[in-house]
Amino acid sequence: MSNLTYERPFIQKLNTGTMNKFGTRTEYAPVTHLESVPVKRIVADYGSPCFVISERQIRKNYQDAVRAFKTRYPKVQFAWSYKTNYLDAVCNIFHQEGSWAEVVSIFEYRKALNNGVPGNKIIFNGPDKSAADLELAVDNNSLIHIDHFDELYELAALLQASKKKARVAIRVNMDTGVYPMWDRFGFNYENGQAWNAITKIMSQQEMELVGLHCHIGTYMLSAAAYGTAAWKLCDLAVNIKTKWNKSLQYLDLGGGFASANTLKGSYLQGADVIPSIDDYAEAITSTILNSAIRQNELPMLILETGRALVDDAAWLVGSVVATKRLSDGRRATIMDFGVNLLFTAFWYNHKVSPAQEFSHHTEDMVLYGPLCMNIDVIRDSVNLPLLNKGDHVVVHKVGAYNMTQWMQFIQMRPKIIIIDMEGKTHIVRESESLETMLRYEKRPDHLSQSSL
Amino acid sequence: MQLNKNIAISDSGFIFNPSTGDSFSTNPVGLEIIRLLRENKKKDAIIKELTGRFSIDDSTAEKDLSDFLLVLRNYQLLNDHE
Repeated sequence: MSNLTYERPFIQKLNTGTMNKFGTRTEYAPVTHLESVPVKRIVADYGSPCFVISERQIRKNYQDAVRAFKTRYPKVQFAWSYKTNYLDAVCNIFHQEGSWAEVVSIFEYRKALNNGVPGNKIIFNGPDKSAADLELAVDNNSLIHIDHFDELYELAALLQASKKKARVAIRVNMDTGVYPMWDRFGFNYENGQAWNAITKIMSQQEMELVGLHCHIGTYMLSAAAYGTAAWKLCDLAVNIKTKWNKSLQYLDLGGGFASANTLKGSYLQGADVIPSIDDYAEAITSTILNSAIRQNELPMLILETGRALVDDAAWLVGSVVATKRLSDGRRATIMDFGVNLLFTAFWYNHKVSPAQEFSHHTEDMVLYGPLCMNIDVIRDSVNLPLLNKGDHVVVHKVGAYNMTQWMQFIQMRPKIIIIDMEGKTHIVRESESLETMLRYEKRPDHLSQSSL
Repeated sequence: MQLNKNIAISDSGFIFNPSTGDSFSTNPVGLEIIRLLRENKKKDAIIKELTGRFSIDDSTAEKDLSDFLLVLRNYQLLNDHE
């Protein structure tokens, strides 16, 4: 009778009476392969945890999004939002597909240049651009999206002194009926601030107003809000045409399209509540096409979509460090990745799948990370099969923001690999080591050693 | 450590406690442990049975058994009266 299959002993109280219209079965199925690559091989070759990116999924997402807009509007240009994921390998997939670069810091700006993006195809957003940053952007003929009057006046003075010309737009914030209203960036539409900024720019010979920009929020669950935003930008564009007889080259509707992740507190799964790319495209393009802008003067439509193009194109592979029982009887599972790597766990209920076969028994558990910090919770409550030390899991839809907002805290950051179009794996970022950290430290002579 | 005497156990792992009205489901290893408890087997003897029947080592069996007994106590299926 030896060698029977062993599964950790498990007992579950059966509750009757409270019916759940969504049923009680979990959605979990083992994810043993990512595309065609076995998870076990990924762990063996690259270690655990490890971020895994799909080149195929990124290209598909991009092409689907472009198709959604180009079938509705004649002039469309995407600009890759660097802050969403600025790994060079990821950026270059988007650039190969035809995407410009949208950056919000000089670090990102230089990264885009380093990736070979021509200066005139870099959109420079963000509230923090130094005089030197602006000079570099002017010299490269980049599109400078002005965020506030201090920046506008600084750029004006700089251009007057250097006798150079700059292509600029302003970022416009507005009420689109969505709370919270992002009024901390740009110039407000309703109170006339945006019009004042436009008037100032039009009075500057050194500045050419080439477009208008807005970015109304993030993870926007209402496509109609984009229609409102587009209408307000069109209104400004029409007024500019009326007053100065100037046609704008582009309207930039920014980003903020939702991905299929599930927000914490959401009653339904993310995939069931988010608008499709087609919904966003329809709201934006139909508004511009129906505006008072003449058909032969339609501006180019720029989109800075980030999250919706990359979130579902990456996974985080991790392993169980330990399982334990909490004082109230709940199961706790400690993983080798936490909020240090999965920053988005603060606002998403990430889907987690076991990476090996399991029985039909499941248990409610808390998923903790490895940090010795109380905040390190990946899922407050999740129903998963019985997990044991050393088991592997796959966290889904982690491509947006995690690989830029992750933090080196307590643990060092792991490798990131990409699965190419042929199913081959490549390291796109090495794991950090003690040497990585010590490289930036300095020890004054009197603090160079100790003797205990 | 004693399993409450009036608990009904089915071969499929369904457990009913008539004194509280609670019912439970358990997996094959859990069912095996409950049967051994009913036979008044002590912890060491149960560990020996488990390592003999399943391909696990002593420390895994001990760790998992301790956790399982804790849950049985929480569910009022086990009491500590000798």
